Formats: sequence, C-alpha cells, structure tokens
Amino acid sequence: MSQADLTLHGHSTAGAMAEPTFSVPAKKMAMWLFIIADTATFAGCLFAYGFIRNASQNWPRPFHSITNVAVMTLILLTSSLTMLVGVKAAQAGDKPKAFRWIMITAVAGVLFAALHLREWMGMIAEGATLFHNPWGTPLFSSLFFSITGLHLLHVTGGVVALIVVGVRYQGGRYKADDIEITGLYWHFVDLVWMFVVPLVYLLNLSH
Amino acid sequence: MHDMSAPAAHHGAPTSFIRKHVFSLDHKVIGKQYYALALLAALIGMALSWIMRIHLGWGNFAIPGLHLLSSTGAPGNVLTPEYYLQLMTMHGTIMVFFVLTTAPFAAFGNFFLPIQTGAEDMPFPHFNMMSFWVTFVGFWVLIASFFVGDGPTLGGWTQYAPLSAIGSVGGPGQGLGVVLWATSIAIFCIGQLLGSLNFITTTLDMRCKGMSLMRLPLTAWAWFITSVMGLTAFAVLMPACILLILDHVAGTSFFVASNLVINDQVLPHSGGSTLLWQHLFWFFGHPEVYIAIVPGMGIVSHVLITNMRKPMLSHRVLIYSMAALAVLSYMVYGHHMFVSGMNPVSSLAFSFPTLVITIPSTIVVLMWLGSLYGSKLQINSASLFSLGFISMFISGGVSGFFLAQPSIDIMLHATYFVVGHFHLVMGVAAMFGIFAGTYFWFPKMTGRMMSEPLGKAHFWLSFVGAYCIFMPFHYLGIAGNVRRYQAFTDDYLIPLIPVHKFITIAALITGFAQLIFVYNLIYSRFKGPVETDNPWQGTSLEWSTATPPPHNNFGATMPVVYHDPYQYSVEGASSDFVMQTSPEKINNPNEEK
Ligand code: HEM
Ligand SMILES: [Cu+2]
Repeated sequence: MSQADLTLHGHSTAGAMAEPTFSVPAKKMAMWLFIIADTATFAGCLFAYGFIRNASQNWPRPFHSITNVAVMTLILLTSSLTMLVGVKAAQAGDKPKAFRWIMITAVAGVLFAALHLREWMGMIAEGATLFHNPWGTPLFSSLFFSITGLHLLHVTGGVVALIVVGVRYQGGRYKADDIEITGLYWHFVDLVWMFVVPLVYLLNLSH
Repeated sequence: MHDMSAPAAHHGAPTSFIRKHVFSLDHKVIGKQYYALALLAALIGMALSWIMRIHLGWGNFAIPGLHLLSSTGAPGNVLTPEYYLQLMTMHGTIMVFFVLTTAPFAAFGNFFLPIQTGAEDMPFPHFNMMSFWVTFVGFWVLIASFFVGDGPTLGGWTQYAPLSAIGSVGGPGQGLGVVLWATSIAIFCIGQLLGSLNFITTTLDMRCKGMSLMRLPLTAWAWFITSVMGLTAFAVLMPACILLILDHVAGTSFFVASNLVINDQVLPHSGGSTLLWQHLFWFFGHPEVYIAIVPGMGIVSHVLITNMRKPMLSHRVLIYSMAALAVLSYMVYGHHMFVSGMNPVSSLAFSFPTLVITIPSTIVVLMWLGSLYGSKLQINSASLFSLGFISMFISGGVSGFFLAQPSIDIMLHATYFVVGHFHLVMGVAAMFGIFAGTYFWFPKMTGRMMSEPLGKAHFWLSFVGAYCIFMPFHYLGIAGNVRRYQAFTDDYLIPLIPVHKFITIAALITGFAQLIFVYNLIYSRFKGPVETDNPWQGTSLEWSTATPPPHNNFGATMPVVYHDPYQYSVEGASSDFVMQTSPEKINNPNEEK
C-alpha cells in the first residue's frame, strides 16, 4: 500500500474502522472460537469416559439394538442437510425459502430430542439413574447421562437459536450471515454426535 | 435483552454513573475493574500467607484476632492443622486464579490490547462486561466459603481427588467448601472464556489501517497467545469442576474409586478414577502456568525496549518462542503426575516434551539478555522490575530442568523444592511483570506518575526479599521437607525449623514492602505529578493517544500505522523514536512490515 494511500484514509472520522483485516467478520470468528472451546469441553468429557471405561472391570454393554440411535443419527444428519439448504437460500436472498428450511431443521432437532428423551425414559424405567444402573458399574450411567445430556443441551440450545434467529431473520433484524453462523453451530452439534455414537453407543452394544 | 451478539463497538459514550463505572462496556474501565479486583485478591492472599508463615515459624504463636476469622479454625488464636490447610488452599487458589491470571492478562490486556491494535473497543463489549462481572461473582463465591459451614476446602489449589470428592468425611471444608470452590472456579472459567473470545477477535479483526500482525507490539502478541491458550484450557477445567460438583451433589462417583476406606468408614462410592481428576486438572493446569507468565513476558519486553531505546534482537523470534510455549504447554502436563501411579512409559513420554519446552523458554531469556547486553538501559521502577522478572524466571526455570526428569522428581515431588520452583518462576516473576506494567502504564491509565523513589525501594526490598524467601525452599526440599505440612515434628525436620523462621521473617518484611506499593498506587492516583501523553517517549499506539484515552480510544481520527512498534534510535530519523503513527519515511532494513 502506498504512503499516499494510507494518509488519505488517515483522515477518516472515528468509527470508520478499516475493513476487517481478516475476511472473517468478528461474529463468525467468535462462533469458530466457541466451537474450538466447546470441542475441548467435549473432548475432556469423552476422555473422562474412555479413561474410566478402561479402568473399570464390570463395564456394562446394555444396548441391544442400534435402531433407535440409527434413526436419531439419520435425523440429525438430515437436519444438517436441511440447514445447508436454508443457508444457501439465505445467501441467495430467498427469505421465505430460507425461513422454511430453518424451521424444518428446528423440527428435526425437536424430533431428535424427543427420541433421545424417550430413550432416556426407557433406561430410567429400567432403573438407571445418574449414580446407579442395573447393568454394571454406576459410572456407566453417570457418564452416559452426562455426555448425552451435554449434547442434548446443545441440541436444545440449537433449536432455540434456530427459531430465534430464523424469526428475526424473517423480520429483517438478522441477515444471511447470522443464518450461516447459526448453521456453523448446528453442524458442530451434529459432528459431536458422530463421536458420541461410536464411543458411547456402539462400543456398549451387547454381543 | 439487549442484543449481546452485536459486533463492532460503536456504542456511544455512557452518561449514567452505573453505565460509566459499574456495568461499563468500555474495555478501559473493565481493565481497571479487573486490576482493582486483582489488587484486593492479592492483599487477601498475602495476608493469608503471613498467617501461614507465622504458624510455620512459631507454631504456638497466637495471632491476635485470628479467632474472629474462625473460632473453630483458630481457637485461642492459634491455627488448627486443618485450618492451616484451609488457608493454604485459599492462598493458592486466590493467587493463581484471581491475581496471576486476572492482573497481567485480563486487567492490562483489557485496557491496552484494543488501544495497541488501534481499535475503538473490543468487538463484543457486552461479553466483556459479563466477563468481569462473572469473575467478580466467582471471587465472592470463593470468599464466601470462609464464612459458611466448616470453612473453606483444605485440598490445595490442585484439589486432588479422592480427597476433594468424598465430602465431609474428608475433613472440614470438604463438603460445602469444595462445592463452593468448584463453583467459583467454573464461574471463573466462563469469565476467562468470554475474555479470550474478545481478545482473539480484537487482535485478528479490529486492527486499524496499516497494523499488520507483525506490527503489533509484543504485549499484544503475548495477550493474543495467552487468550488462545485460555480458550481451550478453561474449556476443560470447567467440565472437570462440574463433574466434581456432581460427585458432591448428585451422588456420582467420577473421581472416587470403589471400597475407599476413610476414618474406618467404607465410602459408598464405587467405580470412579482418582487419576482422572489429575489428568483433567493438569491438562488445564500446565497451560495455566503459561497463561500466568506469557503476558508478563510481553510486558517485560515492551518495557525494556522502551527503556533500552532499541528493539529486541529479533521481534519474530520472541513471538515464535511464545507461540511455541503455548503449543508445547499442552503436551507436558503429565510432568505433574510422575509420582501419581501413572504408567512409567507415560512419564517418559511427558518428560521429553517437558525438556523440549525449556528450549523456547531459554530462547526468550537469551533474547532479553542478548538485547540488554551493551544497551544503555534507563533505570526506573518499571525497568528494574523487568530485570527482576528475568532474574526470577531464570532462577525458577533452572529448577524445572531437575523436576522434568522422573528419576529426580521422585525425590523432589511434593517437597518445598517444587514450591520454590513455582513461586520463583510463576509467583514472583508474574508479580514482577504486573509491577513493571503498573509503573510503566500508570501515567497512561491515570494521567499521573508514580513515585520513583518509593518504586525503587519497593523493587529492592521485593527483589532481595523474594530470594530470601524462596531460595531456601529449594534447600528445604532437597533436605526432604514435604510441602503442605503445618508443623515440623519429625526428627529429620526439626533441624530445619531455623530455616523456616528465617523465611518467615523475610516473608513479613517483603510483605510490608508491598504496602509501599499500595501506598504509592493510591497516593499517586490522587497526588502524583501530572504527566504528558507520552512520558516514556514510547512508540506504540497507547502513547499516541490522549491521557486518559477518550471513550473510543483515539478521538475524532482513528490512527493509521506506518511503522513496526519499536523504531528506536533509527539512524537518519528526525528523533530518537519514530511513533507507529508517524508518516515519516525511515530507512531501516530491519523494520517489520
Ligand atoms: C523451564 C521450564 C520448566 C520446567 C522444565 C518445569 C517443570 C516442572 C515440573 C516437572 C513440575 C512438577 C514437579 C512436581 O510436582 O514434582 C513443575 C511444577 C510446577 N511448575 Fe514448572 N517447569 C518449568 C517452568 C515453569 C513455569 C514457566 C511456570 C509458571 C509460570 C511453572 C509453574 C509450575 C507450577 C505452578 C508447578 C507446581 C504446581 C503444584 O504442584 O502445585 N513452571 N514444573
Ligand atoms: Cu507444569
């Protein structure tokens, strides 16, 4: 950049912040940073899970079928696709379409949460609590409920975010960028699930 | 609710008192709030250390009024063994979290990072405000544990399981005290995560025109690198604390193994792992020690450069070394667990990177020494404390080489040798970094100068005092003096008591020297001589704006940067320093672009 060029801009008034030096705007970067931190949180929890699983003698394998978790996974994966369609539509400026697909994504999220809760209820009915279960070491249910609970919390938060951002986008307060940022979060929640399924479910499938 | 995610800080200047001074969105006010909190925390932490030291030197000495703190913990004004440990835990926790993390990183970083990058504010001022107030709440949750139940926890700042997870059978403070401790730290984590988010986005996204990454001052780099560490380290400590809380309130047993017998009582817990806590804690804990020290490295470099009137031998090598420290800091955490029963192969695996991490540390030190060599350093309180920082960092770092080797650490682990190591390299060094920053930036933060004679007295007393306190720790450790003992009654420890007495006297004198600093700080805030905008003739952006900086940091015109931050003594330039904002063309082939 030439000197003259710089001086020219030097006399702009306060508030005329130069274009962000990185092409990533602050909000999106903040979401990426949140994702990095949250990855560390989940990694810490999954490490704890693996560590204790390895150290336990009577680790149970209480899951008999993968049907439920497969359906849940399918729903979550599909919701990532619908989110993608929503983001693309928002970027193309097609508001109604974007709104529709975002709401479909939210519905998928609700469905996922409902199936998850139903599964929880089933396990609780069999006698599982945070500190006890009929199958083996109590740490199994402690870790199972903590980790899936943390994930479920993320899904719930995501559904709320999708609805709020979607409605405000519809109303003109939020822009396509905000949809994209919410999408980042949603894909992340999906990705975490892809680690939870093999580690927490498939490894504990009874033979 | 106000839209918290709104980016870029175009908020207008506040008018109400509450918005201006209490729930302020202004990073400068938030920085000062953090500083005040750290100062209060440091005074409490120091008072606790006095009580402990007196008890260690003269076990029966009655400290007048101590029973007011706890009638059961200090009957007859003499500490019970348990209460000694409780005070020790609070000392460590307050110092590590609320002083060494808060002051160099959150306080100075908040005040100066946006100014040094040429930003109006941080991109998420509401997050920033929350970050302080959350930390504030966390602090009082911790302090509250003095006054409820049977007092604060006695488990040490590392809160090792199973002691921390078994509840009241573990001793006073191990029930409610631990829950409050873990809650406080989890809250603290949230505050630091919000802060890190802002620091990183400020550095990457809010720089003014012409401010390339390499033109950022070393302080800005240090805060940036620290916030990257903070982002992942605190994100792991937080769930660890939550699991610990669950062990207390939800009946889980993450950190307690089966069939543990305490006081002839078989605990109902089963299945957990005591080592798990150490893994989670030290995965945070080792990066944390660099979170405490790296901002100090930045401050010291910045202060020395200004006072040497020349840049460091290499700007980039310093930056790369600090970044290397950050990366390596995640790979070495197991060196705290050599004696924990961890697989010996893991010990070797952690020993190697621990020895490797001494390389970037050594490079940083050599950069400082090489740059100082032959320079005409101006001696003032800030530069003296910077030299003191380097001295402490070297002295404390050398003992790290010994501890890094499992075969030697088996002897030295959990002795005063370790306590000496980390007090010099982290405790005192980071404190000296805070002092250097305070003497240096006080005129910018308040518009007034601190007293130099008092500052120098403060330095010499602290410098000599710190060595008198912490050097003998190494000797004690080698002689086998275990840490976290409240009395030395074993045969082999009795001959060491005179050393403890000496340390106690040194600690009291050094402690009183800190009151000179507090006096200087308060007196100068109101009565110190009024200073110009640039008393040290510095070059970075904080010196080109008014004192105190206006609400948006730079007034009507945002700065444009033409130079790297350390153009001192440039041949052919019109003066001995060329400010970053000066459009003057200079011919310096070494200038960063
Ligand atoms: C020269 C590089 C360093 C090496 C090789 C090193 C090595 C070690 C080792 C092996 C231990 C564990 C000793 C034990 O518990 O038996 C230790 C403890 C410790 N180090 Fe370092 N260290 C270094 C630098 C630092 C720095 C720069 C800091 C802080 C800024 C620091 C802070 C600590 C703390 C706080 C502890 C003890 C924590 C506790 O147990 O309460 N160290 N160090
Ligand atoms: Cu360490």
